[in-house]
This record gives sequence, structure tokens and C-alpha cells, in this order.
Amino acid sequence: MSRASGPRSGDAIFASVERVNAELFTLTYGAIVRQLLTDLEEVEEVNKQLDQMGYNIGIRLIDEFLAKSNVSRCVDFKETAEMIAKVGFKMFLGVTASVTNWDADGTCCSIVLEDNPLVDFVELPDTCQGLYYCNILSGVIRGALEMVSMKTEVTWTRDMLRGDDAFELQVKLLKQVPEEYPYKEDD
Amino acid sequence: MQFFGGSDVSPSPPAPTAAGHNANVMYMFNRNGVCLFYREWNRPLRTLNPQQDHKLMFGLLFSLKSLTAKMDPTSGDKGNLGVPQLPGQGCSFHSFRTNTYKLSFMESPSGIKIILVTHPRTGDLREALKYIYSLYVEYVAKNPLYNPGTPVRCDLFDTNLDQYVRSIS
Repeated sequence: MSRASGPRSGDAIFASVERVNAELFTLTYGAIVRQLLTDLEEVEEVNKQLDQMGYNIGIRLIDEFLAKSNVSRCVDFKETAEMIAKVGFKMFLGVTASVTNWDADGTCCSIVLEDNPLVDFVELPDTCQGLYYCNILSGVIRGALEMVSMKTEVTWTRDMLRGDDAFELQVKLLKQVPEEYPYKEDD
Repeated sequence: MQFFGGSDVSPSPPAPTAAGHNANVMYMFNRNGVCLFYREWNRPLRTLNPQQDHKLMFGLLFSLKSLTAKMDPTSGDKGNLGVPQLPGQGCSFHSFRTNTYKLSFMESPSGIKIILVTHPRTGDLREALKYIYSLYVEYVAKNPLYNPGTPVRCDLFDTNLDQYVRSIS
């Protein structure tokens, strides 16, 4: 009889999955953003589109995260944020992140990324001020959390491409949506 | 459970199927009750049309989960029966057994429910269900042609699942 194993650490999972060349990843992402800028022209539109793409990734990514990390339901939002920073970011991007700036009722926090493989070699020109280059990440987090019944709002508070000293995401829990019985009672 | 068995209780359960598959039926639902996947390898008795059957199965699980969570003697906080719970919260049942079959259940925190109906002598299938969940991730969630929330039509998933189910004891 196999023993049920507990949750795995981010490093362990990162070591066991197949990896892709980091430069290929960075350059592919850069090509996507470049193409979006050419197609949509408006920086705000590109931000929204990146967020939407991230959302579509997030709703699928959550299952992979749950399957590989073997974690059970988080008790509260604090644990969720720790999971995202310690296991999620490590597992998918190889990045260490930390959680800071909790507000009084535990519904809003900041995740600070120590490094960010998406932005290697990137500099924003003057024509693209206002672009959130890594906005796909905020969409991914939003999508993934929505699939575990949490409606959140994810925004960038610090962005190194805009001159700040780190990458910081603010994750705010709007509400928890428990499971409802989906069928109508009439049939 | 009238529709799943014969009329009289027979002490000896039926042997595993001659085809070599060790499972009888498998269902997969998402959090909205959509039946993502249904597969039968051995199901001699069918009394409802597929839609009703899926709804019934989903309803059964929903109620069972709610009931088992409320009856939990170790948990402190209990809402009223029928209050919706977050998936994965509280205790969750993982199988029930009758004299003719065993039903094993797994739910992920994202609401994906996997149900496997097998012969009654089957052991604990929790690890097997976790493996099936990882098959789902590999061949369905990561498949760009698959639309999340719709029924699964992926050949790779079918073949890998078949292969795996053959090896379950």
C-alpha cells in the first residue's frame, strides 16, 4: 500500500519537471509583447490583452500546480499567498518570491520577485511608457485563484522596467465564492 | 441502490472483467457540474439516459460530500446542512463500497472530481486517482485545442487512461 505523500517543495518539483532554455523563453515572450504592440498599438490595450492571456493560462495552470505540488486546500488567504510565492513561482519560473505587506484583515498582500526571467535583456523605450511588460503574470495569478474559488485583483506596484528597484505584485482578495449546486431544482 | 445491482444480495462479488480492465466505469466532473468525461469498460445494467445519469452522479457526490463534512466529529465549525462549502474544505469522503462495487472519489481544490467504479475488492485508489488527475493535466489541461469546461475529447488521454486502468489492482 503506498503511503499518501504530503505537499512537495517548489525546489523539488522544479528539479523534476522538464525545462526549456531560459533565453528561448525570454525571447519568445518578448516576441509576443512586440507583436501585440504592433497589432494593437495602444499600450492600455496591450496591458489588457496580456492580462487576458495570463488569465487563460492561469485557469489551466492551476490543475498542473495542484497535481504536481500535491497540496490540499489552503486554510486561509495567507497560506494561499505563501503557496503562490514559495511553490508556484519556484515551480514554474524558477524564481524565489516572498510575501510582504499584509494588511490588517489579511486580504491584501504583496509578492516581491527577486528576479524575473521575462525581463532579461529588456528595456522599455519612451513610446511604451505605461506598458506593464509582465502583465501576463498578474493574469495567471488571477485566473488560477479564480479556479480555487477566490476572486482577486492583481496589480503591479513596483516594476523594474519603470525604474523601481524590484518587481512587486499586489494581490487583493475580493471574495471567496463557495461551490453552489449547479443544477436547477425544477427537473 | 436499486439501479446498480440485481435484486438479491449475493455474498460473492463478480470477478474482475474478462477484458482485463480492472475498472467498470469512470466519471469526471468540473465544479459547475459539467460532465467532462465518462467512460465505461464494463457496465451491464443501464437504466437512465446519460444526462440523467450524470446529473444523478453529480448530485449524489455533492450531497455525500456535504453530509460527510457535517457529520465530522472532529471538526469544530459546522454550518447548517446544505450550506455550500469551498471545494476541499472540511473532511471529504473518498470511497464507498457495496457488495457489488466500490466507488472511489477524488476532488481537487479546483473542483475537478474524478470518480472510479470498480469491483468491491479493490484497495485504496487514492494514489491511482491522483495519477489519473496528473494524466488529465498532461493531456487535457495542457492541450491548446481543449476548451476548459467542455467535455474532453482527447485521444491521447483516452489511450493513456486505458493503459493505466488496466494496471490498477
